[in-house]
Amino acid sequence: MNSFTLADCSTVEAALSQLKDGAIVKAGGVDLLDRMKNGTDTPTRLVNIRNISTLRGIHSTPQGLTIGALTTLAEVADDPTIRTQYTLLADACGHAATPHIRNMATLGGNLLQQLQCWYYRSAEFQCLRKGKELCFAFSGLNQYHAIMDYGGCPSVAPSSGAVALLALDASVELTSAAKGKRIVTIRDFYLQPDANPHRFHVMAADELLTAIHIPKPAPGTRSAYQKYGEKESHDWAIADAGILLEMDSNLCRRAVVAMGAASPVVRRSHEAEAALTGKPITHETARAAGQASMTGAMPLSMNAYKVQLFPVAIYRTILLAAGQMDRDPSAAG
Amino acid sequence: MATHTTNPYSDAILSAAADATETTTKTVSMPIGIPGYTLHEEKRTVPTSEPPVLPVNKDLDYIGKSPERWDGNAKVTGRARYTADVQLPGMLYARFVNASIPHGKILSIDTSAAESHPGVKGVHVIELLLGAAVLHDPSLERSKYPIVRYAGQPIAAVAATTPQAAEEAAAKVRVKYEALPFVVDADLAREPNAPLVFPGAADQAGTAGGGGSASGIPQTGNVHGPSVRKHGDAEQGFKDADVIVDARYTTQVQTHSALETHGVVADWKPELLTVYASTQGTASVREELAGFFRLPKSQVRVITEFMGGGFGAKFGAGNPGVVAAELSRKTGAPVHLMLNREEEHLSVGNRPSSDQRLRIGAKKDGTITAIQLISYGTAGCGTGAGCAGPATNLYKWASLHTEENDVFINAGPAAAFRAPGHPQGAFALEQSIDELAARLNLDLLDLRDRIDENPVRRVQRQIIRESALWKSRNPRPNADPGPIKRGVGLSQSVWYRHLSMNCGAEVRVHKDGSVEVLSAVQDIGSGIKTVLAQILAEQFGVPPGKVSVKIGDTNYPVGPNSGGSVTTASLTPAVRDAAWQAAQKFLASVAPALGAAPADLTLTGGMVRSVSGKFQPVPFRTAAAKMNTDEVSAQAKRIPDYDPSKYDTYGGVDIAEVSVDTEAGRIHVKRVLAVHDCGRPMNPAQIISQINGGVIQGISYTLFEHRLLDPNYGIMVNSNLDKYKIAGSYEVPQIEVQLTESYIGQSSTDASGIGEAAGIISAAAAIGNAVYNATGVRIRQLPMTPAVVLAALNQPQPSMESL
Ligand SMILES: Cc1cc2nc3c(=O)[nH]c(=O)nc-3n(C[C@H](O)[C@H](O)[C@H](O)COP(=O)(O)OP(=O)(O)OC[C@H]3O[C@@H](n4cnc5c(N)ncnc54)[C@H](O)[C@@H]3O)c2cc1C
Ligand code: SF4
Repeated sequence: MNSFTLADCSTVEAALSQLKDGAIVKAGGVDLLDRMKNGTDTPTRLVNIRNISTLRGIHSTPQGLTIGALTTLAEVADDPTIRTQYTLLADACGHAATPHIRNMATLGGNLLQQLQCWYYRSAEFQCLRKGKELCFAFSGLNQYHAIMDYGGCPSVAPSSGAVALLALDASVELTSAAKGKRIVTIRDFYLQPDANPHRFHVMAADELLTAIHIPKPAPGTRSAYQKYGEKESHDWAIADAGILLEMDSNLCRRAVVAMGAASPVVRRSHEAEAALTGKPITHETARAAGQASMTGAMPLSMNAYKVQLFPVAIYRTILLAAGQMDRDPSAAG
Repeated sequence: MATHTTNPYSDAILSAAADATETTTKTVSMPIGIPGYTLHEEKRTVPTSEPPVLPVNKDLDYIGKSPERWDGNAKVTGRARYTADVQLPGMLYARFVNASIPHGKILSIDTSAAESHPGVKGVHVIELLLGAAVLHDPSLERSKYPIVRYAGQPIAAVAATTPQAAEEAAAKVRVKYEALPFVVDADLAREPNAPLVFPGAADQAGTAGGGGSASGIPQTGNVHGPSVRKHGDAEQGFKDADVIVDARYTTQVQTHSALETHGVVADWKPELLTVYASTQGTASVREELAGFFRLPKSQVRVITEFMGGGFGAKFGAGNPGVVAAELSRKTGAPVHLMLNREEEHLSVGNRPSSDQRLRIGAKKDGTITAIQLISYGTAGCGTGAGCAGPATNLYKWASLHTEENDVFINAGPAAAFRAPGHPQGAFALEQSIDELAARLNLDLLDLRDRIDENPVRRVQRQIIRESALWKSRNPRPNADPGPIKRGVGLSQSVWYRHLSMNCGAEVRVHKDGSVEVLSAVQDIGSGIKTVLAQILAEQFGVPPGKVSVKIGDTNYPVGPNSGGSVTTASLTPAVRDAAWQAAQKFLASVAPALGAAPADLTLTGGMVRSVSGKFQPVPFRTAAAKMNTDEVSAQAKRIPDYDPSKYDTYGGVDIAEVSVDTEAGRIHVKRVLAVHDCGRPMNPAQIISQINGGVIQGISYTLFEHRLLDPNYGIMVNSNLDKYKIAGSYEVPQIEVQLTESYIGQSSTDASGIGEAAGIISAAAAIGNAVYNATGVRIRQLPMTPAVVLAALNQPQPSMESL
């Protein structure tokens, strides 16, 4: 790790005024410190926002919920409102990483964590996403990589929180000293790798992610998120499913099927959603949705198993959301 | 039974018989066998100087009990000082400069920018690399610097006033390479036109922990082998067989990944080189440093106060020890050099992979007519990938044919790793035995009763047979209807009675009634400190917590290097002998004041007693005050086993319960019952801890751990602890350990070791067999990740006829 200076800020204004000359924001620091230790990031200035108390907390509003960007994953997972009304977000935050990490990691940092592709994370490999031309994963080791929508970069979306927030139609609030606040939906927040390989999202270097806004779910909404890893904890997803069902008695009025570990950007499967919409939730419809989710899958040399695993993750999570199955013992604990 | 043993620890074993120096002997009657099953008395002839025979554990006060870990408090309160914690005045911090390419010749090394970096006090460029195999004919390669044979190979090191300055300066060392073609895939390395890792024959020396290659083995291209063993006529054996089980098994490379990385603090002074080392052998570090720097051993002192795990990879000074000593000599200051996690994965050892073709021929009743094992494995740019131990030693066979081959690749050299070769070998053998039982429609335990005559294993199988977990096993595979299926599988393990005769201890008794034991032995976490305290406690009647244990320092009598499960078996008899002899000197010292002849005195149960009843028993402490000198002491060294002709193996029978999610491809280990023996259990809680650890490490090996090298660039992509996956608390099953208390009549403590037999050998096979029981599908590849499990389940299953 290189030497750096640390600016400890306790207000948003102070932090924004520090965001210049290549300074990097540190929230919980879980992702950032790893990158600095790997040598993939070598910032000379860090702006510590962890102690800005106004950015921490969960507030119910008439429209829904506002979560401060510095709220920890553990706080989100334990919040009674989120557990009951935004269940899949509590699930996602409560099953990411490990208990220790969830106590440190912030929701904002979780959404902004960078790719976990091991080539990206190694200072030895300068790939497409680091300003060079090559992707090392296609002809290299790609067992954890994407199976769909990957264009030139098959690293997968690492954030569990983002899967849940996509399903919930959430938005992020971005604040800068120059332009003030702007709101961007999660759907529009992340950039496909081919759009601009060097950028992951639309946030500018002088902006802070200050809050997450989630609209109130429609009546009759049930939701669940499950993450499948090789390990039960201390591991990223090899498959995951964020499911949101708007039910009219036993018919599904609207379904959202979101995935993270399938593609570089969190995505919804409209095929899977169509397989549920207007139908009752049964083992058959859930399995059909799981199968439909793999429309267009193009696995790489080492990850065909994911095409088998995602439908399982999705059907079981649909049934969990619908209250027809317990939490899967095969999913992360 | 088969008595031909593959011995990965030949250095550690000394022929006990040959070393016999004692002349006068006495005949004693010793407990032999297993209490509750086979316990009886047998005669042994032992040197007259030996202490009285120790009764079985239930008749002892401290030995065989589980007092609090002697240093547990220091560890959990953070008082324990590990090597990384050592701080000396004026100490510098060092960092390595490592190769960024997997194969190449170093053309030049420019250290000028590093040397002028603020805070830098010294730079050392490595000219002689340790650890890897070396060419028989070095002239085949002309190079000023060692040839780079793996990415991460240390090239140079920088010492500076802060760790930060050292790291920054190390990044400024400029190395120019002439890149050479490389190969990191063991299958590709076997092909005729593969890039050569070595241009000629090469061999790796073993360590006190094993590893290395046998001598006189042929080498063709990258294939160093075969090392062949033939007993009987295997060809005929297969002809005589009613069934032949023939299968291929593959296992991955595992890195040791001890919590504490390799490292030293070296302090070079003209009269004494002092090295604080994270090592499994203070003696081995001293040996290597004295040899490397041509120093008298008396001028090298090695200290290991606490140690955070080694698993076989921490013998000798190695590159970190030698380089830190060089830097200390150059700078005149102590040098602190701890590896980082990436270096730990890359350059200081690993468990070799294996690719095994195993054929077993048997009669209808299960009698084995022939075993043939052809194995290839890679130990990187080292050797030691043989894995025929279990096939050779677990069961009785009429003929045996094994061929072990090492395949060189451009990766870091292997090192001894907890039961070298045995987890790999047992993974294949015990699944094939399971398959054999299925083919012959024999009960798994009955079959083993037929082919394994070891009396201890027999009792252990009986314990398994009667266990609730085994009784809950459905003998029919794939019996559960749902997608998540339950299974129970079994595997045996075997390890050997290796000893280090090169060890001793001193015991001192002070006039204030305090007692202490001194030995250079290191406690690698397995708890030898507590065991030594128990031995003194038993002798003097002082609670173990009150005994002073001074170890981990070569200023004390030489200790065994802790490899091959030798420590407790080797050292405890010497300590008991020293304690006994010190007690006799103590009695002689208090005899005048007590008005008795020394021969009339005994020290038992903490009381000095007069055999003739001259006086009422006096507490040890009270008697000590009457000593006629301030201190008495005795030194003893390990004497040979009492009856080396009775060569004993240890091991165990383990069963695992798994659930297999056949849709998600996930294996979850729910319960393990491990039944193990290690002679007299000196401290059951510590033994159980080691078995728990072995089981967990075995599960981790079976399901998760995998060193991954990028095929195109030869660089390890998961050289950390998040993508190199290790079992964590969520993956740990409920583990029940049953110790088989087993007396073998070999020494004054009759203790044996447990480190290697403990769980690691059998875990993968037991889990593999449990998966088969659950699903009817055999997984013959490690690690059993969801990708591997789903691929295996997707395969059409061959019918019995086509096998
Ligand atoms: C072993 C392991 C397993 C894991 N498994 C999972 C998993 O299953 N699911 C999952 O979702 N995550 C997982 N993680 C990742 C972990 O959840 C993230 O690293 C963590 O959430 C990051 O949060 P942080 O607050 O520490 O972010 P930081 O490390 O502080 O920041 C991350 C990035 O975001 C930027 N940033 C942070 N906050 C702001 C802000 N408010 N405004 C602008 N920029 C900001 C930083 O500059 C940095 O680039 C795992 C991590 C580990 C180590
Ligand atoms: S998958 Fe993406 S991040 Fe990984 S090497 Fe390829 S381009 Fe780089």
